[in-house]
Amino acid sequence: MELIWQGILQACKLLLARDPEMMRITILTLKVSGTATLISLCLGIPSGVVLALTRFPGRKFIISLVNTGMGLPPVVVGLWVSILLWRYGPLGFFHLMYTPTAMIIAQSVIAAPIITGISIAAFQQVDGKLRLQIMALGASKWQTVMLLMKEIRLPLLAAVMAGFGGVISEVGASMMVGGNVLGRTRVLTTATVLEVSKGNFDVAIALSIILMVLAYGVTLGLTILQQRGKRI
Amino acid sequence: MFKKTKLWAIMLIVLVLVSVAAGCAGEKQEPPKEEKKAEQQAASGVGKKEVILATTTSTVDSGLLDVLKPDFEKKTGYNLTIVSVGTGAALAMGEKGEADVLLVHSPKDELKLVKSGAAINRQLVMHNDFILVGPAGDPAKIKGKKITDAFKDIAARKAVFISRGDESGTHKKELSIWEKAGIRPSGSWYQETGTGMGATLGVADEKGGYTLTDRATYLAQKKNNKLEIMIEGDGALLNIYHVMQVNPGKFSKVNAEGAKAFEDYMLSKETQDIISKFGADKFGQPLFFADAGKKEEEVAK
Repeated sequence: MELIWQGILQACKLLLARDPEMMRITILTLKVSGTATLISLCLGIPSGVVLALTRFPGRKFIISLVNTGMGLPPVVVGLWVSILLWRYGPLGFFHLMYTPTAMIIAQSVIAAPIITGISIAAFQQVDGKLRLQIMALGASKWQTVMLLMKEIRLPLLAAVMAGFGGVISEVGASMMVGGNVLGRTRVLTTATVLEVSKGNFDVAIALSIILMVLAYGVTLGLTILQQRGKRI
Repeated sequence: MFKKTKLWAIMLIVLVLVSVAAGCAGEKQEPPKEEKKAEQQAASGVGKKEVILATTTSTVDSGLLDVLKPDFEKKTGYNLTIVSVGTGAALAMGEKGEADVLLVHSPKDELKLVKSGAAINRQLVMHNDFILVGPAGDPAKIKGKKITDAFKDIAARKAVFISRGDESGTHKKELSIWEKAGIRPSGSWYQETGTGMGATLGVADEKGGYTLTDRATYLAQKKNNKLEIMIEGDGALLNIYHVMQVNPGKFSKVNAEGAKAFEDYMLSKETQDIISKFGADKFGQPLFFADAGKKEEEVAK
């Protein structure tokens, strides 16, 4: 019990003192996971539209792959991205290993299937008659998609939250491709692992509290947006 | 106005969040110089100034590299990327040319790497010792015995033994002792954690088991567990750290100058002074003994 109090105390101290180290780690965490979520959105929603609203051979197979990808283990992603980005790997000439960019790539790979998968389900949930009606009213394809997106903004926001939650909380991939380098690729989750193995449980608890607060803050913002103007 | 869906609002928010975060990073009040440089390097993605050090968890978990990294970067202008893994993985990184310089503690395997031509310029840096720790009750009654006898007793009584099981330097040392004792450990009393030294000590403490550890990590973790030193000072328990460069002749992408700079730095008098004093204030005894310029046989005496 004492340990928990110490941890909470330590968290308050770090937060109040605006410890530069901790600030940098927190900001990097937001930057990496935020960018990865954004990239995944840009990839996931268009793929979701295509997979949900068009028909082509192999579509079901691709959807099954996407759905499997929703549970992609971060360590597996970390391993494969590492193999690709290593100096002597196929993409080694980019010199991306152990950089925040590498972490963004890995996290995008984790989040994209989550966002795509939920988008597919959301688009397909919409009543087919609505789509016909929109098109009958003379909407272009682009306008139709936009209207449908408005219709399904609730599940789409849920997709954003799921994607962001997935990447901000993962440690396996960030550790492998980022290397947990102080001041460059250390994020809240990898820092927590390090502090635990150093035996500094109070700092680890402090970091975990900051991570939770951060994840909650972002999700809260998205939830307010999602629920705005909703009445029962 | 239909196009102004809330989705765009969300994307905007995420974008704003990211740019705000980026902005905050820019506004930070005067960060130390070398870190600023490191950030610029990271942003530009250029690897030339970057030196990748593959090392064992003990040098990181004990806090030694937290002290040496900023000093090295300040003195040489290189950025040091420390990849902290077990010695087995660190050596494998050297073998594939994925690291520039190695700081490891498994002499037998190091020699293999040098022989294969993947590593050059292997130099002794420092040593400390392994110790066998266990629960205060000492269920196998091994306190103060010779290490091989102690291992035999542990196996005979099937006392819980927690192994690293991760091909690290410590794990390899442990396996070599089992081999000397003529025992192939297996059964429910012999448990492998597959994690770093710090975590393994935690497991040993929880399960009331024995484990082999380097002294530095044990001292650094002492505040968190009740394990006691059972055996120390046995000649077989020496823990020797070497630094070596990954051979640029074999791997053209290796940062040869940077690796050389790190090796020179580790062997310089100032650094050796830092190493020999490290931990003395916190633990009442230094965690490592500086050995630059000595031969392995001299340390073993």
